[in-house]
Amino acid sequence: MIALKGARKRFASTQKNGGTEALRDVSFTIGAGEFVSLLGPSGCGKSTALRLVAGLLEPDGGHVDYPGGKPEIGFVFQEPTLMPWADALTNARLPLDLKGLSRGEADRRATAALARVGLKGFEQAYPRELSGGMKMRVSIARALAAQPKLLLLDEPFAALDEITRNALGDDLLRLWREDGLTVLFVTHNVSESSYLSQRVLVMTPRPGRIVDDIALPTGRDSRLAASTVEAQRIISLALSHAMIAA
Amino acid sequence: MKRALDIALPLAVSALVLGLWEWAVAHWQVPVYVLPAPSAIAAALAENFSSLMEALASTLTVTLEAFVAATVLGVATAIAFSQSRLLERTLYPYAVVLQVTPVVAIAPLILIWVGFERINLALVIIATIVAFFPILAGATLGLKSADFNLIDLTRLYGASRLQTLWRIRLPTALPNLLSGMKTAGGLALIGAVVAEFVAGSGTATGLAWRIVESGNRLEIATLFAALVLLAATGILIFAALSLLERALLRRWHESAIADRS
Repeated sequence: MIALKGARKRFASTQKNGGTEALRDVSFTIGAGEFVSLLGPSGCGKSTALRLVAGLLEPDGGHVDYPGGKPEIGFVFQEPTLMPWADALTNARLPLDLKGLSRGEADRRATAALARVGLKGFEQAYPRELSGGMKMRVSIARALAAQPKLLLLDEPFAALDEITRNALGDDLLRLWREDGLTVLFVTHNVSESSYLSQRVLVMTPRPGRIVDDIALPTGRDSRLAASTVEAQRIISLALSHAMIAA
Repeated sequence: MKRALDIALPLAVSALVLGLWEWAVAHWQVPVYVLPAPSAIAAALAENFSSLMEALASTLTVTLEAFVAATVLGVATAIAFSQSRLLERTLYPYAVVLQVTPVVAIAPLILIWVGFERINLALVIIATIVAFFPILAGATLGLKSADFNLIDLTRLYGASRLQTLWRIRLPTALPNLLSGMKTAGGLALIGAVVAEFVAGSGTATGLAWRIVESGNRLEIATLFAALVLLAATGILIFAALSLLERALLRRWHESAIADRS
Protein backbone atom coordinates (compact mmCIF):
# COMPACT_ATOMS: atom_id res chain seq x y z
CA MET A 1 0.00 0.00 0.00
CA ILE A 2 2.91 2.36 0.78
CA ALA A 3 6.49 2.32 -0.43
CA LEU A 4 9.15 4.75 0.77
CA LYS A 5 12.25 4.64 -1.39
CA GLY A 6 15.39 6.37 -0.20
CA ALA A 7 13.41 9.16 1.41
CA ARG A 8 15.52 12.03 2.77
CA LYS A 9 14.45 15.04 4.75
CA ARG A 10 16.38 17.98 6.16
CA PHE A 11 14.88 20.85 8.12
CA ALA A 12 16.17 24.39 7.76
CA SER A 13 17.45 25.89 10.95
CA THR A 14 18.10 29.42 12.12
CA GLN A 15 21.73 28.60 12.89
CA LYS A 16 24.27 28.46 10.08
CA ASN A 17 24.86 24.73 10.38
CA GLY A 18 22.94 23.72 7.27
CA GLY A 19 19.88 22.67 9.25
CA THR A 20 18.99 19.36 10.82
CA GLU A 21 19.07 16.11 8.92
CA ALA A 22 15.96 14.26 10.06
CA LEU A 23 15.87 11.27 7.71
CA ARG A 24 18.59 9.62 5.65
CA ASP A 25 17.67 7.13 2.93
CA VAL A 26 14.61 5.67 4.57
CA SER A 27 13.03 2.81 2.64
CA PHE A 28 10.23 0.48 3.62
CA THR A 29 7.05 -0.98 2.20
CA ILE A 30 3.82 -1.74 3.97
CA GLY A 31 1.26 -4.08 2.49
CA ALA A 32 -2.49 -3.69 2.67
CA GLY A 33 -3.92 -4.90 5.98
CA GLU A 34 -0.61 -4.90 7.85
CA PHE A 35 -0.10 -3.45 11.33
CA VAL A 36 3.42 -2.03 11.37
CA SER A 37 5.18 -0.20 14.18
CA LEU A 38 7.87 2.38 13.51
CA LEU A 39 10.05 2.25 16.61
CA GLY A 40 12.93 4.48 17.64
CA PRO A 41 14.17 6.88 20.30
CA SER A 42 12.61 10.32 20.71
CA GLY A 43 13.63 12.80 18.04
CA CYS A 44 14.84 10.17 15.57
CA GLY A 45 12.55 11.31 12.75
CA LYS A 46 9.68 8.84 13.19
CA SER A 47 7.08 11.60 13.05
CA THR A 48 8.78 13.05 10.00
CA ALA A 49 8.54 9.67 8.25
CA LEU A 50 4.87 9.47 9.18
CA ARG A 51 4.22 12.95 7.76
CA LEU A 52 5.96 11.95 4.53
CA VAL A 53 3.64 8.96 4.26
CA ALA A 54 0.61 11.20 4.92
CA GLY A 55 1.76 13.67 2.27
CA LEU A 56 1.95 16.46 4.85
CA LEU A 57 5.66 16.84 4.05
CA GLU A 58 7.54 16.45 0.79
CA PRO A 59 10.78 14.46 0.86
CA ASP A 60 13.97 16.30 -0.21
CA GLY A 61 15.02 13.16 -2.05
CA GLY A 62 13.61 9.75 -2.79
CA HIS A 63 9.96 8.88 -3.27
CA VAL A 64 6.80 8.14 -1.40
CA ASP A 65 4.68 5.86 -3.55
CA TYR A 66 1.21 4.43 -3.15
CA PRO A 67 1.23 1.51 -5.63
CA GLY A 68 -2.57 1.16 -5.48
CA GLY A 69 -3.23 4.89 -5.56
CA LYS A 70 -3.26 7.19 -2.56
CA PRO A 71 -5.64 5.68 0.00
CA GLU A 72 -8.02 7.55 2.28
CA ILE A 73 -5.85 8.37 5.31
CA GLY A 74 -6.76 8.79 8.96
CA PHE A 75 -4.22 10.54 11.19
CA VAL A 76 -3.98 10.46 14.99
CA PHE A 77 -1.53 12.83 16.67
CA GLN A 78 0.30 12.44 19.96
CA GLU A 79 -2.00 15.06 21.47
CA PRO A 80 -5.75 14.64 20.95
CA THR A 81 -5.64 17.84 18.83
CA LEU A 82 -9.35 18.54 19.20
CA MET A 83 -11.16 21.80 18.56
CA PRO A 84 -11.85 23.02 22.13
CA TRP A 85 -14.80 25.14 20.96
CA ALA A 86 -16.66 22.18 19.51
CA ASP A 87 -18.33 19.15 21.10
CA ALA A 88 -17.21 15.57 20.52
CA LEU A 89 -19.62 15.03 17.64
CA THR A 90 -18.51 18.16 15.78
CA ASN A 91 -14.89 17.17 16.34
CA ALA A 92 -15.44 13.66 14.99
CA ARG A 93 -17.37 15.15 12.05
CA LEU A 94 -14.57 17.51 10.95
CA PRO A 95 -13.19 15.36 8.08
CA LEU A 96 -16.72 14.79 6.75
CA ASP A 97 -17.58 18.50 7.00
CA LEU A 98 -14.40 19.35 5.10
CA LYS A 99 -15.32 16.83 2.44
CA GLY A 100 -18.72 18.45 2.04
CA LEU A 101 -20.94 15.59 3.21
CA SER A 102 -24.51 16.50 4.07
CA ARG A 103 -25.06 17.37 7.71
CA GLY A 104 -27.30 14.36 8.32
CA GLU A 105 -24.95 11.84 6.76
CA ALA A 106 -21.94 13.37 8.54
CA ASP A 107 -23.75 13.30 11.88
CA ARG A 108 -24.74 9.67 11.35
CA ARG A 109 -21.22 8.54 10.50
CA ALA A 110 -19.55 10.58 13.26
CA THR A 111 -22.03 9.26 15.84
CA ALA A 112 -21.28 5.71 14.71
CA ALA A 113 -17.52 6.37 14.91
CA LEU A 114 -17.86 7.72 18.46
CA ALA A 115 -19.88 4.66 19.45
CA ARG A 116 -17.17 2.36 18.07
CA VAL A 117 -14.56 3.89 20.37
CA GLY A 118 -16.88 3.61 23.38
CA LEU A 119 -18.13 7.19 23.49
CA LYS A 120 -21.84 6.61 22.92
CA GLY A 121 -23.69 9.27 24.92
CA PHE A 122 -20.76 11.71 24.93
CA GLU A 123 -21.61 13.34 21.58
CA GLN A 124 -22.43 16.70 23.17
CA ALA A 125 -19.46 16.74 25.58
CA TYR A 126 -16.79 19.38 25.09
CA PRO A 127 -13.13 18.33 25.13
CA ARG A 128 -12.51 20.03 28.48
CA GLU A 129 -15.22 17.84 30.01
CA LEU A 130 -13.46 14.65 28.88
CA SER A 131 -10.51 12.75 30.38
CA GLY A 132 -7.23 12.38 28.50
CA GLY A 133 -8.15 8.89 27.35
CA MET A 134 -11.59 9.97 26.19
CA LYS A 135 -10.13 12.89 24.25
CA MET A 136 -7.81 10.45 22.50
CA ARG A 137 -10.84 8.28 21.70
CA VAL A 138 -12.54 11.27 20.08
CA SER A 139 -9.37 11.80 18.08
CA ILE A 140 -9.45 8.17 16.91
CA ALA A 141 -13.17 8.44 16.11
CA ARG A 142 -12.41 11.50 13.98
CA ALA A 143 -9.76 9.52 12.08
CA LEU A 144 -12.22 6.64 11.58
CA ALA A 145 -15.14 8.85 10.56
CA ALA A 146 -13.71 9.37 7.08
CA GLN A 147 -13.56 5.55 6.70
CA PRO A 148 -9.81 5.43 5.98
CA LYS A 149 -7.96 2.51 4.46
CA LEU A 150 -4.69 3.64 6.05
CA LEU A 151 -4.47 4.73 9.67
CA LEU A 152 -1.37 6.67 10.74
CA LEU A 153 -0.76 7.13 14.46
CA ASP A 154 1.99 9.32 15.92
CA GLU A 155 2.72 8.06 19.45
CA PRO A 156 -0.98 8.37 20.20
CA PHE A 157 -0.91 6.86 23.69
CA ALA A 158 2.39 8.30 24.92
CA ALA A 159 0.77 10.83 27.22
CA LEU A 160 -1.70 8.39 28.80
CA ASP A 161 -1.45 6.27 31.94
CA GLU A 162 -0.73 2.56 31.47
CA ILE A 163 -4.26 1.28 32.14
CA THR A 164 -5.77 3.69 29.62
CA ARG A 165 -2.97 3.00 27.17
CA ASN A 166 -3.60 -0.76 27.31
CA ALA A 167 -7.35 -0.32 26.89
CA LEU A 168 -6.87 1.93 23.87
CA GLY A 169 -4.32 -0.48 22.42
CA ASP A 170 -6.83 -3.33 22.60
CA ASP A 171 -9.48 -1.12 21.00
CA LEU A 172 -7.09 -0.23 18.22
CA LEU A 173 -6.43 -3.94 17.53
CA ARG A 174 -10.17 -4.58 17.39
CA LEU A 175 -10.78 -1.70 14.96
CA TRP A 176 -7.86 -2.84 12.80
CA ARG A 177 -9.33 -6.35 12.54
CA GLU A 178 -12.93 -5.24 12.03
CA ASP A 179 -12.13 -2.71 9.30
CA GLY A 180 -9.24 -4.50 7.62
CA LEU A 181 -7.20 -1.33 8.12
CA THR A 182 -3.58 -0.83 7.28
CA VAL A 183 -1.89 0.70 10.34
CA LEU A 184 1.42 2.51 10.68
CA PHE A 185 2.03 3.07 14.36
CA VAL A 186 4.85 5.34 15.51
CA THR A 187 6.07 4.61 19.03
CA HIS A 188 9.11 4.64 21.30
CA ASN A 189 7.57 1.97 23.52
CA VAL A 190 8.98 -1.53 23.00
CA SER A 191 6.25 -3.42 24.85
CA GLU A 192 3.52 -1.53 22.98
CA SER A 193 5.04 -2.41 19.61
CA SER A 194 5.63 -6.03 20.66
CA TYR A 195 1.99 -6.60 21.49
CA LEU A 196 0.21 -4.51 18.84
CA SER A 197 2.10 -4.94 15.61
CA GLN A 198 2.90 -7.68 13.13
CA ARG A 199 6.12 -6.02 12.02
CA VAL A 200 8.45 -3.54 13.66
CA LEU A 201 10.68 -1.13 11.74
CA VAL A 202 13.56 -0.02 13.98
CA MET A 203 15.06 3.43 13.48
CA THR A 204 18.40 4.90 14.59
CA PRO A 205 18.73 8.21 16.41
CA ARG A 206 18.93 11.28 14.15
CA PRO A 207 19.48 11.25 11.28
CA GLY A 208 16.90 8.47 11.23
CA ARG A 209 17.64 5.37 9.22
CA ILE A 210 15.83 2.07 9.28
CA VAL A 211 18.24 -0.58 10.49
CA ASP A 212 15.91 -3.47 11.14
CA ASP A 213 12.62 -4.86 9.87
CA ILE A 214 11.38 -7.48 12.29
CA ALA A 215 8.47 -9.80 11.55
CA LEU A 216 7.04 -10.78 14.93
CA PRO A 217 5.93 -14.33 15.74
CA THR A 218 2.21 -15.05 15.83
CA GLY A 219 0.24 -16.08 18.90
CA ARG A 220 0.83 -12.89 20.88
CA ASP A 221 -2.76 -12.83 22.08
CA SER A 222 -1.99 -11.20 25.42
CA ARG A 223 0.61 -8.79 26.74
CA LEU A 224 2.08 -11.48 28.98
CA ALA A 225 2.08 -14.38 26.48
CA ALA A 226 5.48 -16.01 26.13
CA SER A 227 5.60 -15.05 22.45
CA THR A 228 4.93 -11.39 23.32
CA VAL A 229 7.75 -11.40 25.85
CA GLU A 230 10.00 -13.08 23.30
CA ALA A 231 9.04 -10.38 20.77
CA GLN A 232 9.98 -7.72 23.33
CA ARG A 233 13.38 -9.28 23.76
CA ILE A 234 13.99 -9.34 20.00
CA ILE A 235 12.87 -5.74 19.57
CA SER A 236 14.90 -4.49 22.55
CA LEU A 237 17.99 -6.13 21.15
CA ALA A 238 17.43 -4.59 17.72
CA LEU A 239 16.87 -1.20 19.32
CA SER A 240 20.12 -1.34 21.27
CA HIS A 241 21.95 -2.30 18.06
CA ALA A 242 20.31 0.70 16.39
CA MET A 243 21.55 3.00 19.15
CA ILE A 244 25.10 1.68 18.68
CA ALA A 245 24.86 1.89 14.90
CA ALA A 246 24.27 5.62 15.24
CA MET B 1 -23.52 35.15 47.55
CA LYS B 2 -20.17 35.96 45.98
CA ARG B 3 -22.01 37.54 43.06
CA ALA B 4 -24.02 39.73 45.44
CA LEU B 5 -20.84 40.86 47.18
CA ASP B 6 -19.27 41.72 43.81
CA ILE B 7 -22.07 44.22 43.33
CA ALA B 8 -22.62 45.32 46.94
CA LEU B 9 -18.99 46.15 47.79
CA PRO B 10 -18.32 48.67 44.99
CA LEU B 11 -21.75 50.22 45.64
CA ALA B 12 -20.94 50.61 49.33
CA VAL B 13 -17.64 52.33 48.45
CA SER B 14 -19.35 54.73 46.06
CA ALA B 15 -22.05 55.55 48.67
CA LEU B 16 -19.31 56.25 51.21
CA VAL B 17 -17.32 58.46 48.81
CA LEU B 18 -20.41 60.38 47.67
CA GLY B 19 -21.48 60.88 51.30
CA LEU B 20 -18.05 62.18 52.31
CA TRP B 21 -17.96 64.41 49.22
CA GLU B 22 -21.39 65.88 50.00
CA TRP B 23 -20.40 66.47 53.62
CA ALA B 24 -16.99 68.00 52.76
CA VAL B 25 -18.43 70.44 50.23
CA ALA B 26 -21.02 71.63 52.77
CA HIS B 27 -18.59 71.69 55.70
CA TRP B 28 -15.84 73.73 54.00
CA GLN B 29 -18.34 75.70 51.88
CA VAL B 30 -16.51 74.86 48.64
CA PRO B 31 -17.75 77.17 45.85
CA VAL B 32 -19.90 75.37 43.27
CA TYR B 33 -17.62 76.52 40.40
CA VAL B 34 -14.69 74.67 42.01
CA LEU B 35 -16.37 71.45 43.16
CA PRO B 36 -20.13 70.98 43.13
CA ALA B 37 -21.68 68.56 45.61
CA PRO B 38 -23.09 65.25 44.25
CA SER B 39 -26.59 66.59 44.90
CA ALA B 40 -25.82 69.66 42.73
CA ILE B 41 -24.51 67.38 39.97
CA ALA B 42 -27.68 65.31 40.16
CA ALA B 43 -29.74 68.47 39.97
CA ALA B 44 -27.76 69.67 36.93
CA LEU B 45 -28.28 66.30 35.32
CA ALA B 46 -32.04 66.50 35.90
CA GLU B 47 -32.24 70.11 34.76
CA ASN B 48 -30.33 69.55 31.50
CA PHE B 49 -31.55 66.02 31.01
CA SER B 50 -32.95 66.27 27.49
CA SER B 51 -30.05 68.29 26.06
CA LEU B 52 -27.50 66.03 27.76
CA MET B 53 -29.28 62.96 26.36
CA GLU B 54 -29.10 64.45 22.88
CA ALA B 55 -25.40 65.01 23.36
CA LEU B 56 -25.02 61.47 24.67
CA ALA B 57 -26.85 60.07 21.66
CA SER B 58 -24.50 61.98 19.35
CA THR B 59 -21.34 60.75 21.10
CA LEU B 60 -22.69 57.22 21.40
CA THR B 61 -23.51 57.10 17.67
CA VAL B 62 -19.98 58.16 16.75
CA THR B 63 -18.56 55.64 19.25
CA LEU B 64 -20.60 52.70 18.00
CA GLU B 65 -20.03 53.50 14.33
CA ALA B 66 -16.29 53.77 14.99
CA PHE B 67 -16.31 50.54 16.97
CA VAL B 68 -18.08 48.62 14.20
CA ALA B 69 -15.82 50.13 11.54
CA ALA B 70 -12.69 49.30 13.60
CA THR B 71 -13.90 45.73 14.14
CA VAL B 72 -14.67 45.12 10.47
CA LEU B 73 -11.44 46.75 9.26
CA GLY B 74 -9.32 45.13 11.99
CA VAL B 75 -10.63 41.62 11.37
CA ALA B 76 -10.44 42.01 7.59
CA THR B 77 -6.84 43.25 7.79
CA ALA B 78 -5.90 40.46 10.19
CA ILE B 79 -7.41 37.86 7.85
CA ALA B 80 -5.45 39.35 4.93
CA PHE B 81 -2.28 39.18 7.07
CA SER B 82 -2.99 35.57 8.01
CA GLN B 83 -3.26 34.62 4.34
CA SER B 84 -0.09 36.39 3.25
CA ARG B 85 3.02 36.66 5.39
CA LEU B 86 4.44 39.06 2.80
CA LEU B 87 1.46 41.38 3.16
CA GLU B 88 1.80 41.31 6.93
CA ARG B 89 5.51 42.10 6.85
CA THR B 90 4.87 44.94 4.41
CA LEU B 91 1.93 46.59 6.13
CA TYR B 92 2.15 45.79 9.84
CA PRO B 93 4.73 48.54 10.53
CA TYR B 94 2.27 51.10 9.15
CA ALA B 95 -0.44 49.81 11.45
CA VAL B 96 1.99 50.35 14.32
CA VAL B 97 2.78 53.87 13.08
CA LEU B 98 -0.95 54.59 13.05
CA GLN B 99 -1.18 53.26 16.60
CA VAL B 100 1.74 55.20 18.11
CA THR B 101 1.02 58.53 16.43
CA PRO B 102 -1.07 60.57 18.90
CA VAL B 103 -4.46 60.89 17.30
CA VAL B 104 -4.83 64.44 18.66
CA ALA B 105 -1.96 65.36 16.36
CA ILE B 106 -3.55 64.03 13.18
CA ALA B 107 -7.17 64.88 14.04
CA PRO B 108 -6.95 68.48 12.69
CA LEU B 109 -5.68 67.12 9.38
CA ILE B 110 -8.52 64.64 9.13
CA LEU B 111 -11.03 67.39 9.93
CA ILE B 112 -9.61 69.51 7.13
CA TRP B 113 -9.49 66.67 4.62
CA VAL B 114 -12.95 65.34 5.34
CA GLY B 115 -14.37 68.82 5.76
CA PHE B 116 -16.33 70.44 8.56
CA GLU B 117 -19.52 70.01 6.56
CA ARG B 118 -19.15 66.26 7.11
CA ILE B 119 -18.14 66.56 10.72
CA ASN B 120 -19.68 63.27 11.86
CA LEU B 121 -17.74 61.30 9.27
CA ALA B 122 -14.54 63.00 10.42
CA LEU B 123 -15.33 62.16 14.07
CA VAL B 124 -16.00 58.52 13.18
CA ILE B 125 -12.74 58.27 11.22
CA ILE B 126 -10.73 59.67 14.12
CA ALA B 127 -12.37 57.38 16.66
CA THR B 128 -11.92 54.40 14.29
CA ILE B 129 -8.18 55.06 14.07
CA VAL B 130 -7.96 55.02 17.88
CA ALA B 131 -9.96 51.79 18.21
CA PHE B 132 -8.50 49.93 15.23
CA PHE B 133 -5.18 48.65 16.56
CA PRO B 134 -6.22 46.45 19.51
CA ILE B 135 -8.61 44.61 17.21
CA LEU B 136 -5.98 44.13 14.53
CA ALA B 137 -3.41 43.00 17.12
CA GLY B 138 -5.84 40.63 18.87
CA ALA B 139 -7.19 39.12 15.68
CA THR B 140 -3.73 38.76 14.10
CA LEU B 141 -2.35 36.98 17.16
CA GLY B 142 -5.46 34.80 17.39
CA LEU B 143 -5.45 33.77 13.73
CA LYS B 144 -1.79 32.81 14.03
CA SER B 145 -2.36 30.78 17.19
CA ALA B 146 -4.19 27.96 15.42
CA ASP B 147 -2.94 24.48 16.34
CA PHE B 148 -0.46 23.41 13.64
CA ASN B 149 -1.69 19.83 13.83
CA LEU B 150 -5.29 20.90 13.27
CA ILE B 151 -4.14 22.88 10.24
CA ASP B 152 -2.30 19.77 9.00
CA LEU B 153 -5.47 17.77 9.49
CA THR B 154 -7.43 20.16 7.27
CA ARG B 155 -4.69 19.79 4.63
CA LEU B 156 -4.93 16.01 4.91
CA TYR B 157 -8.63 16.21 4.09
CA GLY B 158 -8.07 18.62 1.24
CA ALA B 159 -9.74 21.63 2.86
CA SER B 160 -9.73 24.97 1.06
CA ARG B 161 -8.14 28.04 2.67
CA LEU B 162 -11.61 29.38 3.31
CA GLN B 163 -12.62 26.18 5.12
CA THR B 164 -9.49 26.27 7.27
CA LEU B 165 -10.09 29.94 8.03
CA TRP B 166 -13.72 29.40 8.93
CA ARG B 167 -13.48 26.12 10.83
CA ILE B 168 -10.10 26.44 12.57
CA ARG B 169 -8.47 29.87 12.44
CA LEU B 170 -11.42 32.13 13.24
CA PRO B 171 -12.69 30.08 16.21
CA THR B 172 -9.11 29.92 17.53
CA ALA B 173 -8.86 33.70 17.18
CA LEU B 174 -12.12 34.39 19.01
CA PRO B 175 -10.76 34.81 22.59
CA ASN B 176 -7.99 37.17 21.47
CA LEU B 177 -10.35 39.04 19.17
CA LEU B 178 -12.93 39.53 21.94
CA SER B 179 -10.23 40.76 24.30
CA GLY B 180 -9.13 43.25 21.63
CA MET B 181 -12.75 44.31 21.14
CA LYS B 182 -13.13 45.01 24.87
CA THR B 183 -10.14 47.35 24.74
CA ALA B 184 -11.34 48.87 21.47
CA GLY B 185 -14.82 49.58 22.87
CA GLY B 186 -13.36 51.89 25.49
CA LEU B 187 -10.91 53.38 23.01
CA ALA B 188 -13.68 54.18 20.52
CA LEU B 189 -15.36 56.28 23.22
CA ILE B 190 -12.07 58.02 24.05
CA GLY B 191 -11.51 58.58 20.33
CA ALA B 192 -14.97 60.10 19.93
CA VAL B 193 -14.36 62.45 22.88
CA VAL B 194 -10.92 63.50 21.61
CA ALA B 195 -12.36 64.07 18.14
CA GLU B 196 -15.10 66.29 19.56
CA PHE B 197 -12.54 68.27 21.56
CA VAL B 198 -10.46 68.87 18.46
CA ALA B 199 -13.48 69.72 16.29
CA GLY B 200 -14.40 72.42 18.79
CA SER B 201 -17.65 74.22 19.45
CA GLY B 202 -20.11 75.07 16.75
CA THR B 203 -19.56 71.81 14.94
CA ALA B 204 -19.75 68.92 17.36
CA THR B 205 -22.82 68.35 19.47
CA GLY B 206 -21.67 65.51 21.70
CA LEU B 207 -20.89 65.18 25.39
CA ALA B 208 -17.28 66.26 25.01
CA TRP B 209 -18.41 69.50 23.47
CA ARG B 210 -20.84 69.96 26.39
CA ILE B 211 -17.90 69.53 28.76
CA VAL B 212 -15.87 72.21 26.97
CA GLU B 213 -18.88 74.54 26.83
CA SER B 214 -19.82 74.02 30.49
CA GLY B 215 -16.20 74.63 31.49
CA ASN B 216 -16.13 77.90 29.59
CA ARG B 217 -19.34 79.02 31.26
CA LEU B 218 -18.16 77.81 34.68
CA GLU B 219 -21.21 75.51 34.87
CA ILE B 220 -19.14 72.95 36.67
CA ALA B 221 -22.11 70.91 37.88
CA THR B 222 -23.24 70.40 34.27
CA LEU B 223 -19.67 69.53 33.33
CA PHE B 224 -19.67 66.84 36.02
CA ALA B 225 -23.07 65.60 34.85
CA ALA B 226 -21.68 65.14 31.33
CA LEU B 227 -18.65 63.41 32.82
CA VAL B 228 -20.87 61.00 34.75
CA LEU B 229 -22.74 60.14 31.55
CA LEU B 230 -19.45 59.52 29.71
CA ALA B 231 -18.19 57.22 32.46
CA ALA B 232 -21.51 55.37 32.55
CA THR B 233 -21.35 54.93 28.77
CA GLY B 234 -17.84 53.50 29.02
CA ILE B 235 -18.94 51.05 31.71
CA LEU B 236 -21.97 49.99 29.68
CA ILE B 237 -19.86 49.34 26.57
CA PHE B 238 -17.41 47.27 28.62
CA ALA B 239 -20.21 45.34 30.32
CA ALA B 240 -21.95 44.60 27.00
CA LEU B 241 -18.72 43.29 25.45
CA SER B 242 -17.98 41.21 28.56
CA LEU B 243 -21.43 39.66 28.26
CA LEU B 244 -20.81 38.90 24.60
CA GLU B 245 -17.46 37.35 25.49
CA ARG B 246 -18.98 35.20 28.17
CA ALA B 247 -21.81 34.04 25.90
CA LEU B 248 -19.39 33.02 23.13
CA LEU B 249 -16.67 31.39 25.27
CA ARG B 250 -18.76 30.02 28.13
CA ARG B 251 -18.68 26.38 27.05
CA TRP B 252 -15.04 25.96 26.20
CA HIS B 253 -12.56 28.68 27.04
CA GLU B 254 -10.64 28.63 30.32
CA SER B 255 -11.03 32.38 30.84
CA ALA B 256 -14.82 32.22 30.76
CA ILE B 257 -15.00 29.00 32.75
CA ALA B 258 -12.78 30.34 35.56
CA ASP B 259 -15.33 33.13 36.06
CA ARG B 260 -17.92 30.62 37.19
CA SER B 261 -15.94 29.10 40.02
